[in-house]
Amino acid sequence: MAKQYETVIGLEVHVELATKTKIFCGCSTAFGGAPNTHTCPVCTGMPGSLPVLNKQVLEYAIAVGLATDCEITRYGKFDRKNYFYPDNPQNYQISQLYLPICRNGGVEIETEEGGKKIVGIHEIHMEEDAGKLVHDEWEDCSLVDYNRSGVPLIEIVSEPDMRSAEEVIAYLEKLRLIIQYLGASDCKLQEGSMRADVNLSVREVGAEEFGTRTEMKNLNSFKAIARAIEGERERQIDLIEEGKAVVQETRRWDDTKGESYAMRSKEDAQDYRYFPDPDLVPIIVSDEMLDEIRAKQPEFRTEKMARYKEEYDIPDYDIDIITGAKHMADLFEATVAICNQPKKVSNWLMGETMRLMKEKEVDVEDLRFSPENLAKLITLVDSKAINSSVAKEVFEVMFEEDIDPEKYVEEKGLKTVNDEGALRKTIEEVIAGNPQSVDDYHNGKEKAIGFLVGQTMKAMKGKADPGMVNQILKELL
Amino acid sequence: MANIISDETIEYVGILAKLELSDAEKEQAKKDMGRMLDYIDKLGELDTDGVEPMSHVFPVQNVFREDMVTNSDTREQLLSNAPEQKDGMFVVPKTFD
Repeated sequence: MAKQYETVIGLEVHVELATKTKIFCGCSTAFGGAPNTHTCPVCTGMPGSLPVLNKQVLEYAIAVGLATDCEITRYGKFDRKNYFYPDNPQNYQISQLYLPICRNGGVEIETEEGGKKIVGIHEIHMEEDAGKLVHDEWEDCSLVDYNRSGVPLIEIVSEPDMRSAEEVIAYLEKLRLIIQYLGASDCKLQEGSMRADVNLSVREVGAEEFGTRTEMKNLNSFKAIARAIEGERERQIDLIEEGKAVVQETRRWDDTKGESYAMRSKEDAQDYRYFPDPDLVPIIVSDEMLDEIRAKQPEFRTEKMARYKEEYDIPDYDIDIITGAKHMADLFEATVAICNQPKKVSNWLMGETMRLMKEKEVDVEDLRFSPENLAKLITLVDSKAINSSVAKEVFEVMFEEDIDPEKYVEEKGLKTVNDEGALRKTIEEVIAGNPQSVDDYHNGKEKAIGFLVGQTMKAMKGKADPGMVNQILKELL
Repeated sequence: MANIISDETIEYVGILAKLELSDAEKEQAKKDMGRMLDYIDKLGELDTDGVEPMSHVFPVQNVFREDMVTNSDTREQLLSNAPEQKDGMFVVPKTFD
């Protein structure tokens, strides 16, 4: 019988914090600036410059730690990780090796079998991001942009507690949701504000010892992560079956080719010579500081779900989906606050919004329409100013460019014609023009009325209330 | 000198520090490093049981900045220190991941 293998996975997740400024200097972290316009002597590693810790970075790191059941380190410090690379202008990265800010936590995930399981968090530490290297197309050189240098990161190191790609994704989704609810980061894999490195090894089922692990980098979507895990599991099992050894190394995943290649092996592993950074003084986390951060913790998903159940008359299914993304929940609450129609808001979010997000590949954070405009649209339908199919058309435009639906409906003349006389006249014409359908109806084919409603709507260019059309039709027939 | 630094060690430290040393410089560095380690050994004679490792000399802690943008664009000035620049960026030898 073929041997059965178990996959053992641990993750290192880097999250870019949503601060306005960098971790150690007052430079902006905004995206899209011209190269090196968000830099200063500190983040370009000029001699004599001195770093000062951004308090918000510490508060976010502690907030994430508290939300993931970590112990908060009460006496912490920063260390220098020494290596030479042009994206690192100081020739060291300021990080935390000896006394990371958070330790020994965990998050609960649901397993495929429907059970629950805790994925342990070994530690969370604060560190700075590196600059960006651009390879010159014309000359034999590289160019460096230090705008990202010094952008604050937290690295969340899990225990090797995951056993499948599904568990890894469940863990990442949980982590992302917690961090988004805290407002500590937008956690976008595609844009790199959340990056996951996968440490993976395989062993025979029942074995006590872990196998040799590899580290996989360059994974920028959940799909890529799942594929990389499957690919690496197969590669390691093949090696073992052939009697070869798995080499401990860092590998880079190429998602288009669906394979990975070795970047560097442990033999030429770097010796980072960590030592305490003398430029940064120790961090003492007081009880008051912890209480303050605890008091500021937002309502997390489970609490939100309970409150929705209490406050809004919507099904559990809706609650589950809406609270699944912080931005969606915010949008829901803000819209309901204006129009007080929870179920209708929920229907728009779960129906058209999600359909268009999928169709146009838009992330929930990038939704453009405002709660005000969605509320206006709902009111327009409620007051029968427009019918539901016109509303869907208007919503598609709102989805693209957040237009004011009231103005739009007015300008485009989309309002339902409530003039019964005009409607009656059109219906009379439709009846006269479609004797066959009229006969069918009289001969008991109830469905024929649908065709006549359709013809009327067409003649009215969609601007009629279908209920009213139905009523008048029946009356005239 | 109690600490003898091997050729391999000097070679390795040189690689880590990105230093190219001549033979004469290597010999000198071996002696210097040996003396430094002897001095550290001397410190090791002290009984430090139960003493927390110290990372800072001064009793200063919790020095923070508020999260407010205070720096403006000083690119020209920063790039003026660069041996070479192009398109607002620092030019470095071709480097791959």
